[in-house]
Amino acid sequence: MKKLSLFALLLLVIRRDLLLAMRRRADVLTTLVFFVMVVSLFPLGVGPEPDMLRKMAPGVVWVAALLASMLSLTRLFAADHADGTLEQMLLAPQSLSVLVLGKMIAHWMVSGLPLVLMSPVLGLQFDMSAQGLGILMIGLLLGTPVLSMLGAVGAALTLGLRGGGVLVSLLVLPLCIPVLIFGAGAVEAVNSGLSAGANLALMGAIAVLALVFTPWVAAQALRISME
Amino acid sequence: MLEVSNLACSRGDHPLFSGLSFQLEAGELMQVQGENGKGKTSLLRTLCGFMQPEAGEIRWRGGNIADLGEDYCAELLYLGHHNAIKDELNALENLQISCGLAGVELDEKEAVIALRRIGLKGRELLPVRVLSQGQRRRVALARMLVSRAPLWVLDEPLTALDVGAVGMIQGLLGEHLVRGGMVIFTTHQPLVVEGVETRRLVLE
Repeated sequence: MKKLSLFALLLLVIRRDLLLAMRRRADVLTTLVFFVMVVSLFPLGVGPEPDMLRKMAPGVVWVAALLASMLSLTRLFAADHADGTLEQMLLAPQSLSVLVLGKMIAHWMVSGLPLVLMSPVLGLQFDMSAQGLGILMIGLLLGTPVLSMLGAVGAALTLGLRGGGVLVSLLVLPLCIPVLIFGAGAVEAVNSGLSAGANLALMGAIAVLALVFTPWVAAQALRISME
Repeated sequence: MLEVSNLACSRGDHPLFSGLSFQLEAGELMQVQGENGKGKTSLLRTLCGFMQPEAGEIRWRGGNIADLGEDYCAELLYLGHHNAIKDELNALENLQISCGLAGVELDEKEAVIALRRIGLKGRELLPVRVLSQGQRRRVALARMLVSRAPLWVLDEPLTALDVGAVGMIQGLLGEHLVRGGMVIFTTHQPLVVEGVETRRLVLE
């Protein structure tokens, strides 16, 4: 028996959540299928004019990603809360923030990363340029972790509340607006011949800021919810 | 070691108990008694630091538990009403993960030995979903076998257990107390540890 280091604990939590996600594949697929469906419905709804589709593509993909990432948020802590695992996590002799960070990373790998990987395929439906697709992916790669991190704060705050699912969206979606603006803005900048650097740099800054603060905030929210 | 002085707790606006003081020293076993709704679980949860006491203080080795934080958690084993195990995982994974969360790395061999001792031989690799209530409780209780924490806080540890398992738990508690551990627990079933006097704390 050995004492577990902080980093080992982080890996343990990530591995555990990924293992659980693998055993409950349906939950993982709902997010991805929802994303694909919503994005695919737009060309059917607004008609097949390439100019218009190209123009709305980044916004549509980003809004769909935002909504899809809300779907799995309620499950982030709810199962652990219901079966008592969360109590044990609060009693872990290491920082709760690190445990929460582990859960955020696992959540992103399960619900954010598939969206990033799927986005170029969906972008093709909108006749996006290769460069635009690349920037869209980079933007999503920077932005979806922020959605998971902010979402975790919302999920922790609404833990154990009735109707928490709707409430968490109402709480988190407004906070995600900057991510949406800069993410979609980066692709539009490239489309109009400008550099996407400024938008992506701001996204990166938001991601770093979220990485520093959200695990701690979510951990505090969890402690309050457990009372 | 564990000193509780003048503790008061309430649930919402409803006061549960107040002016509660006791001390628990190494090798002592204490049963919290009281009717349903008298605050037994709330007391144990307060001792774990999940709930803030309304008034009073809880001290561990002389320091307030709120200030000790993670150092206190490292010396505490809590088993609550919920088993804190995952239906999707098997008994072995559950035990290894719950020990990991408690800050101890348990290799597969040690985990299998613990599970066999708790009476789950041949069930180690089955998903917990297919086990009975009593067997699930055993998976949760297997943590007691590998825990090195001196303070055990057990909320109804005997629910769903058969006579044989109850005997085994009594033996386990005995070993822990001989090692200089402390146990505070609630139960509605008789639980006596041979050679150790059970102190009783009655919540009115």
